[in-house]
Amino acid sequence: MATLVVPQNVSVVEDAENLRKAFEGWGTNEKVIISVLAHRNAAQRKQIRLAYWDLYQEDLVKRLESEIKGDFERAVYRWILDPEDRDAVLANVALKKSSDYHVIVEIACVRSSEELLAVRRAYHARYKHSLEEDVAVHTTGDIRKLLLGLVTAFRYEGAEVNSRLAKSEADILHDAIKDKKINHDEVIRILTTRSKTQLMATFNSFKDSQGTSITKVLLGETADNEYKRLLRIAIRCINEPIKYYEKVLRNAFKKFGNDEDAITRVIVTRAEKDLQLIKELYYSRNSVPLDQAVAKETSGDYKDFLLALLGKQD
Amino acid sequence: MAHLQELEALTKALSGLGIDEKSLISILGKSDPARRTTFRQRSTHFFIEDERSFERWDDHRINLLRLEFVRFENALVLWAMHPWERDARLVHEALTLVPQSYRVILEIACTRSSEELLGARKAYHSLYDHSIEEDVAIHVTGSERKLLVALVSAYRYEGPKVSEDAAKSEAKLIAKAIKNGDKKNPIDDDEVIRILTTRSKPHLKAIYKHYKEVSGKNINEDIEAADFILKETAECLCNPHAYFSKVVDEAIRNDADHNTKKALTRVIVTRADVDLKEIKEEYNSLYGVPLTQKIDDNANGNYKDLLLALMTRD
Repeated sequence: MATLVVPQNVSVVEDAENLRKAFEGWGTNEKVIISVLAHRNAAQRKQIRLAYWDLYQEDLVKRLESEIKGDFERAVYRWILDPEDRDAVLANVALKKSSDYHVIVEIACVRSSEELLAVRRAYHARYKHSLEEDVAVHTTGDIRKLLLGLVTAFRYEGAEVNSRLAKSEADILHDAIKDKKINHDEVIRILTTRSKTQLMATFNSFKDSQGTSITKVLLGETADNEYKRLLRIAIRCINEPIKYYEKVLRNAFKKFGNDEDAITRVIVTRAEKDLQLIKELYYSRNSVPLDQAVAKETSGDYKDFLLALLGKQD
Repeated sequence: MAHLQELEALTKALSGLGIDEKSLISILGKSDPARRTTFRQRSTHFFIEDERSFERWDDHRINLLRLEFVRFENALVLWAMHPWERDARLVHEALTLVPQSYRVILEIACTRSSEELLGARKAYHSLYDHSIEEDVAIHVTGSERKLLVALVSAYRYEGPKVSEDAAKSEAKLIAKAIKNGDKKNPIDDDEVIRILTTRSKPHLKAIYKHYKEVSGKNINEDIEAADFILKETAECLCNPHAYFSKVVDEAIRNDADHNTKKALTRVIVTRADVDLKEIKEEYNSLYGVPLTQKIDDNANGNYKDLLLALMTRD
C-alpha cells in the first residue's frame, strides 16, 4: 500500500512550467518542487521530464541537480528517476562508492522478477556494463557468489509450493548452519534460484522443525561477518520485507547523526509500493508515528519532501 | 539386376538421417511377397534368421528406425515453435540427459543474444513452473554447475564499449589459469567463471585478442587440452559459427550416437532465422564441402527436404 498522494487532475505541461518558474530568479522555490514532484507517480514524473524537455530543451534532472543541494537534492534526484533507473543508480553507488552491499541484496530480493530485469536493463543503458559484471568485479569469494546469484535470478513467480521440497531444503539449510558451512553451494543454490513462495514455505518448514526462525538461528551461529550479514538480509527481504524495512528505518534514526542514505532510500523506493504498511508496523513497534520520527530527525526542505512522500498533504 | 538396385535403394532409404518415405512406398509398397522375402533375407542388418525358419525384425533396429521416422516430425514441430519455447524445451530435455547434454545448455546460454536468452527463461517459467536456473542447479553437479548456472543467468551488456585495460588483465588471468590447468581445473577458478559468465561478448573477443599477445598462442590452441566444457564455452561465446559447423559435422558422421545426431535438427532449426548463412560459409571453409551437399548425401526423405528448404530460403 502506497503512501504517495496524487491529485485527481494532473497536467504535466503545467507541472513543467511551474517547475521552470520555481528555478527562475534568485534562488529556487523548493516548496513548488516538493508540491509538484512529491505528488506525482512514476509515469507522471516521466511525462513531466519529457514535457520539460519539449518546452525548454533542457534536462529537468540536470537542472534540478544544479538548483538544489544536499540531502534534499539526493532525495529528489532519486525520486524523479524511473524506479528501475533509480535502482540501477543505487546499485552502482553501492558497488563503487559506499560498499553498502545490502542495498544490492534489497534490490535483488525485494523487487519482482520483472522489476529486477528492468533494473538490469537500465543498468546496461546507464553504465555500459551488466550489473552482474560490475558486482563480480567489485566483490570476491562468498559475497560474490551470493550477490551474483541474487542479481542474476529470474525467479519463477507462481504460487505453487512443493512441501516435500520445502522440508528437504529446510533440512539442507539447517545442516549447513549446524556444520558452520553457511557459504555452502547448496545454501546459495536454494536462496538464489528458488521462487519466493517456495522459499517462504522452506523458511516456515525450518521454523516448524527447529522451533525458531532461520534468521534467529543464523544470528546465534558464530563468526559474524559481512557474508552472514548479507545472507540474513537476503532471507529477511524475501520473507518479510516490511519488517526488514521497518528495522532499517528504526536503526537509521538511532545512529548518531542519522543515516540519511537509508532514510531516503527506504522512503523514496517504497512510497509507491508498501510504505503505508511500513508506517503501520513502525508505529506498532515504536509507539511513535514514522512521520513524527522523520520530522524530529530531519530538517528543512529534505524533511518537507520526505513528509510529503509519507502522505502529508499541504 | 533391378532387384539389386531396388535393394540398394531400400537400404539407403532406411539409413542415414530420416527416412526416404517415397522410395519405401514406391519399392516396398508395390512389392509382392517374394520381393519382400528377398528384402528381408538380404537385409541382415535389419532382419535376423529366426530358429523357426523365418526372418525376424531386429528389435533394436526397429527402435532405431522409429527415431528416424520421427526425425521429420520433431524437426517440423521444433521449427514451428516460438524461439523462446524452443530454447526452453531444449534445455529442459537436456537436463533429463545430463551430463552428456551439457553441450546443449551451454550452446543455448552462450550463442543466444541477451534478449533471446531472457525470452527462453520466461518461456521456461510458463512451461515448467520453475526457473531455468533452479532446474539447472538441481540437475547439474560438480564444477560444471557453477559455470552452467551462471551462463544461463547472464544478461550480458550488448553494446560495443570495451575496456581494453580490463581485457588485457583478464587475458592474463585466463592464461594463468589455463597454464595451471593440471593443478586446478580452470572451470573451478572463480575469476575464469566471472569473466566468461559476466563479460560482454565484444569484451570477450578483446580478451581473446590480447590472449595471443600474452601467451603466444591462440586461446583455442591452449584450451584444446583443457576441459571440453571450457573449450566449448569459449568457442560458443566468440566463434559460434565454427562451433555450429563442428557440431553439425559430428551429427552427420556414420558413427554418431542418438544424441549427437539430434544436433543437426537443433542447429539448422534454431539458426535458420539467425546466422545459417554464415554457418554454411564456415562449414565450407572448414570441411571443403558445402553443408547442403553433405545433408543431401546423408539425409533422407521429408526430413532432408525440410532441412534443405530451411537452408535455401531467400
